[in-house]
Amino acid sequence: MTFEQLVFILISAVTLGTGLIVVTYKNLFHAALAMMASFLGVAALYVMLDVGFMAAAQLLVYIGAISILIIFAIMMTRRVMDTQESPFNSQPGLALFTAVISFALIVAVLVQFWPLAVDATRVFGSKPILPASVFQGSIPALGYAFVSAAGYVLPFEIASMLLLAALIGAVAIAWPTSEEEEA
Amino acid sequence: MSFNLGDFLLSLIKFTVFDYIRSIYPDSPGVEIVLDIVGVVVVSTFCLLIVIFLIWLERKVIARMQDRIGPNRVGGKYGLLQTVADVLKLLTKEEIIPTGADKFAYNLAPFLIVITALLMWAVMPFAPGVIGVDLNVGVFYILSISSVSVVCLLLAGWGSNNKYALLGAFRSVAQLVSYEVPMILSLIAPILLARTMSTQGIIAAQKVPYMLMIPLSAIIFFVSSLAETGRTPFDLLEAESEIVAGFHVEYTGMKFGMFFLAEFVSTLFMSGLFATIYLGGWNLPIISLLMELAGGAPLNLDAIAFGRVIGLVVYFAKTFAVYFVFIWIRGTWPRFRIDQMLNFNWKFMVPLTIALVFTVAILDKVIPVGTSDLVRAGIHLASNLIVGMITMEILRRNGRRQRLAAEAQAQANRPDVAAAD
Repeated sequence: MTFEQLVFILISAVTLGTGLIVVTYKNLFHAALAMMASFLGVAALYVMLDVGFMAAAQLLVYIGAISILIIFAIMMTRRVMDTQESPFNSQPGLALFTAVISFALIVAVLVQFWPLAVDATRVFGSKPILPASVFQGSIPALGYAFVSAAGYVLPFEIASMLLLAALIGAVAIAWPTSEEEEA
Repeated sequence: MSFNLGDFLLSLIKFTVFDYIRSIYPDSPGVEIVLDIVGVVVVSTFCLLIVIFLIWLERKVIARMQDRIGPNRVGGKYGLLQTVADVLKLLTKEEIIPTGADKFAYNLAPFLIVITALLMWAVMPFAPGVIGVDLNVGVFYILSISSVSVVCLLLAGWGSNNKYALLGAFRSVAQLVSYEVPMILSLIAPILLARTMSTQGIIAAQKVPYMLMIPLSAIIFFVSSLAETGRTPFDLLEAESEIVAGFHVEYTGMKFGMFFLAEFVSTLFMSGLFATIYLGGWNLPIISLLMELAGGAPLNLDAIAFGRVIGLVVYFAKTFAVYFVFIWIRGTWPRFRIDQMLNFNWKFMVPLTIALVFTVAILDKVIPVGTSDLVRAGIHLASNLIVGMITMEILRRNGRRQRLAAEAQAQANRPDVAAAD
C-alpha cells in the first residue's frame, strides 16, 4: 500500500464516519458540525486529486455558505437546538432500496461510460498518468470550457438563468407587501 | 556538494536556506517533508509572536492620537514588555466553563479560529521565493479559508449557552457574510488584470501598482477587509464601550486571548494581502518601471545577492504602512450602527463593485494588445475616476432628495403652520 492510498483511506474514513454522525445524532447542532467535517473530507479528496480550485470552491460554497445557512435555519426554527426527537423515521426499507439502486446506478455509469477523458483508462483500473501541464493550466481551461461555444456554454447559461430566476423569486417572496408595511 | 557551515549560515541570512539544503541533498527522501514542517513552524511562530508587538504598537499609536502616553511602565521607558505581562496574566487566569455550555463547541471554537487565521499565511509571499506554497488558486484559497472562520463564531456563540453570545454571533455572521460579497467582487478586478490567482503571479503582473491603476477596487477591498476583521468602524460586534462584548463574552483567560490573537493575526494578514495585491508586495514596481523606461532591464530582486532580504524589508514596510492605516482609522472614526453597516454594504458597496468589475473587464478587452503598460494603467485609472465621480453624483442627488423630503416633512409638522390652517 502506498502512502497516498493510506491517506486516501484515512480521509475517506473521516468523510464517511462524520457522514454517519450527521444522520444518527440527535443533537442537531453537532450533526451540522459533523456535516462540515464531512464536507472538509470531500475537499481533502479534491486536494488529493490535484484540483485545488474544486477544493477551494468546496470550502467556500459548502462550509462557508451552505453549512452556515443550515445552522441558521436550525437555530431560527427550533426552539431549543438540543431536541430529543429521534432522527429516524419509519421508512428504513424504502431508504435502503433507494440508496442501493442509486449506488448501483453510479457504479454502472462509471464502469460503462467512464472513458470520456484523456486516455481510455477504466475506473477501478490503474490511475491515469496526466502531464503536470494539465493541472497547471486547469483553471484557464475550466474558464474557457465554461464560456466557449465548443465547450459547455449552453448548460452554463441555463444554470445561470435558473439561479437568476431563483434570486428574483427569493427577493419577490421576501418583499414586504403593503399591508405588512402599514401594520 | 557537501555541507559547509559558512555557506549554511550565509544562506540563512540571505533567506535561501531551503534552496541550499535542497541543492546539498538532492532527491533524498524526506527532505521535502522536513523542510515543509520547518517552514510551517517558522511562519506560524512568527505570526503568533508578532502579535505581541502588534498589540503594543496599537496601544502606543492610539495613545498618541488621543494625547496620552500609553504603556510606559513595564519593560523600560517605552513599555515594551507590557504585552508580555498581559499575556502572562491571561495565561494564569482561571478557566471558567459556563453551566450548560456545549463543551465540544465551546472548547473547539478558539482553537479553530486561530488555525484558520494561520492557514491563510500559507500563500503569503514574503519575498521572491519565500512563500509557503505558490498555489495557482492563491487568492481563492484565502477567500475560502476566511469563510470558514465564520463557523468559529457560531461555534463560540452557540457553545457558550448565553443569549448575548448567541445574538453577538448572529450579528457577526451577518456582517462577515455580507462583506464577503464586495471583498470577493473587488478582488476580481486585479485577478482579471493579472490573469492569475496566484499571489506571486499577481506581484509579477504589477508593472504599475494596482493601487494607482484601479484605486476604487483597492478602496472597496480595504473597507471590506476592515469589516471582515471586525475593526473600527465595523467593531459594533464587540463594541466594548457599549454592549457586553458579543460572541466571546463567556470566554476567560487564554481562550479569550485566542480570539484576540486571531483578530490581530488576520488584521496583519489583510494588511499584507493589500500590500501584495495593490502595492506590488515585495517588488518595487515603480522603480522597476523607471529602470525599464531608462532603457535598462526591469528590476529582478531574485537575481541580486541579498535580493530576498530587500524584498522582505520592502514587504514589511508596505504591510506595516497599511497596518498603520488600520490603527489610524481605529483612533479617529466613530462606530457604525448595524442598519447603517448593512445598508452601506448592500446598497452602496455591492452595486459599485459590480459596476467596477464590468468596467475593468470591458476595458481590458477593448484596449488593444501591445499597448504599453503606462497607457493601459492610465486608461484604467481614468475609468476608475469616472466611475467614482458618477457614484459621488448619484450619492449627492440621493442625499439632496432625502434632505428636501425631510425639510418638507418638518415644514408640514410645524405647529404655527398647522394653526394658520
